[in-house]
Amino acid sequence: MLNINEILQTIDMVKSLHLDIRTITMGISLFDCISDDKKKTAAAVYEKIVKKAGRLKQTGDALAVRYGIPIVNKRVSVTPVSLIAASSKGFSEVADAMDRAAKDIGIDFIGGYSALVQKGVTEYERALIESLPEVLSRTDRVCASVNIASTKAGINMDAAALMGGIIKKIAEATKDKHGAGCAKLVVFANAVEDNPFMAGAFNGPGENDCVINVGISGPGVVLAALEKVRGENFSVVSETIKKTAFKITRAGQLVAMEAVKMLGANFGIVDLSLAPTPVKGDSVARILEEMGLESVGAHGSTAALALLNDAVKKGGVMAASFAGGLSGAFIPVSEDVGMIEAVERGALSIEKLEAMTAVCSVGLDMIAVAGDTPASAIAAIIADEAAIGVVNNKTTAVRIIPVYGMESGSVEYGGLFGTAPIMKTSPFSSEEFIKRGGRIPAPIHSNKN
Amino acid sequence: MRAIISVIGRDKKGIIAKVSNCLFNVNVNIEDISQTIMGELFTMLMTADFSDASVEFAYADKLLQEIAAEMKVEIRMQNEEIFNSMHKI
Repeated sequence: MLNINEILQTIDMVKSLHLDIRTITMGISLFDCISDDKKKTAAAVYEKIVKKAGRLKQTGDALAVRYGIPIVNKRVSVTPVSLIAASSKGFSEVADAMDRAAKDIGIDFIGGYSALVQKGVTEYERALIESLPEVLSRTDRVCASVNIASTKAGINMDAAALMGGIIKKIAEATKDKHGAGCAKLVVFANAVEDNPFMAGAFNGPGENDCVINVGISGPGVVLAALEKVRGENFSVVSETIKKTAFKITRAGQLVAMEAVKMLGANFGIVDLSLAPTPVKGDSVARILEEMGLESVGAHGSTAALALLNDAVKKGGVMAASFAGGLSGAFIPVSEDVGMIEAVERGALSIEKLEAMTAVCSVGLDMIAVAGDTPASAIAAIIADEAAIGVVNNKTTAVRIIPVYGMESGSVEYGGLFGTAPIMKTSPFSSEEFIKRGGRIPAPIHSNKN
Repeated sequence: MRAIISVIGRDKKGIIAKVSNCLFNVNVNIEDISQTIMGELFTMLMTADFSDASVEFAYADKLLQEIAAEMKVEIRMQNEEIFNSMHKI
């Protein structure tokens, strides 16, 4: 039998502490849409997405009413388009079909305009990558990702160099919106095939035909729990986060199971994540500060984040029948009010963020830099993050926005993307380093067979 | 299916009467009621059985939201499973 306190605790989590299901993402395989004709492929892609995900939004809305917990985003991820359009070469036609389908079924983003090039860039993958500036500036809801490294394959430095230039071109193509096209592109190392979070979601080649992946969230709930144990030692902090993460994840598991039933899909995973939003009280930075740091970015931030990330997973994994995706705390800059303030007060630099990405998911996320940052510097930032991912056997990513015409100040993107302060990059050149090209071999500990 | 209905707000005459009348009209059986006053806030929790309900869950929720607006209180109706999931292993 439930007691009053338990019921009121759940109500308070939703009402005051921003507990929500961050996303229900339907992964859809597009392999059966492949043809050698551009128009035929695009038409098949549109039809399949609308057929499978036509009821996704209304199902999410119905579950939100039934359980009294907001389900913020309903999204779709598809098989990497580099594979689907390889035969027809109709990359932008497929992107348009995805954009139109997303609008017609009422979802805000659709991911999977992606290529997996960790070991080599084929001709058709290069075609997709080179279409990114045009596709991301023309479409509204299509999200893209490129995996340039893995622990098994090493780092494809040619691909890193290529992406540095492409990101600059996307920024230029969308400069009237302060480079907002770059917010829809993630460059990965060790990309996961079942990620429900945008912009990096795609339905991996090994995934089922129609899968439900759920991303949970609740930084506010964790913060409130930690406020009650202020001054206690770290074992108490860890236990408190674990218990909270368990409860949050169980809500996600329940919603995922019901969505699977209602949509006739397969159950994929629950992503055990703490994802902030620009709303006050929904910040991961505040959790680290609650542990005793004057500002996130102070010495100790990496240790605090490591504890948080680990405790979230330990609490969540028992609550979910299948955990997966990115699973961990996110530290995007523009989407977290505590991170923005830390950058503005000079407490948080790209270098410190880079260190923090070694102990959490995912990477340098939603970072705005000056518009004149060289392509080689962006490529080198991508390579640094990839090295952290490859060596530590984890996913890392870069979502970076060069803002043309700006060297300092901050840029308002609105909505979930928030406000991005322009961050300083190193004034020293990486040009010759990036020019070398080729591949950085996989680390010795990847040879496990 | 069972639902937990929570009413939170300033204490006013007729809150329980209105909510229970609404549920009676849609053939929902109230199994348990508890209430407390926390400071100035009135908190009432009802457990209700929806198995013979004459309307959809979402429609019943809409009717309750009309009462909430009229009485200036917050009313939530949630499937009991969300609480069981979060608080029971």
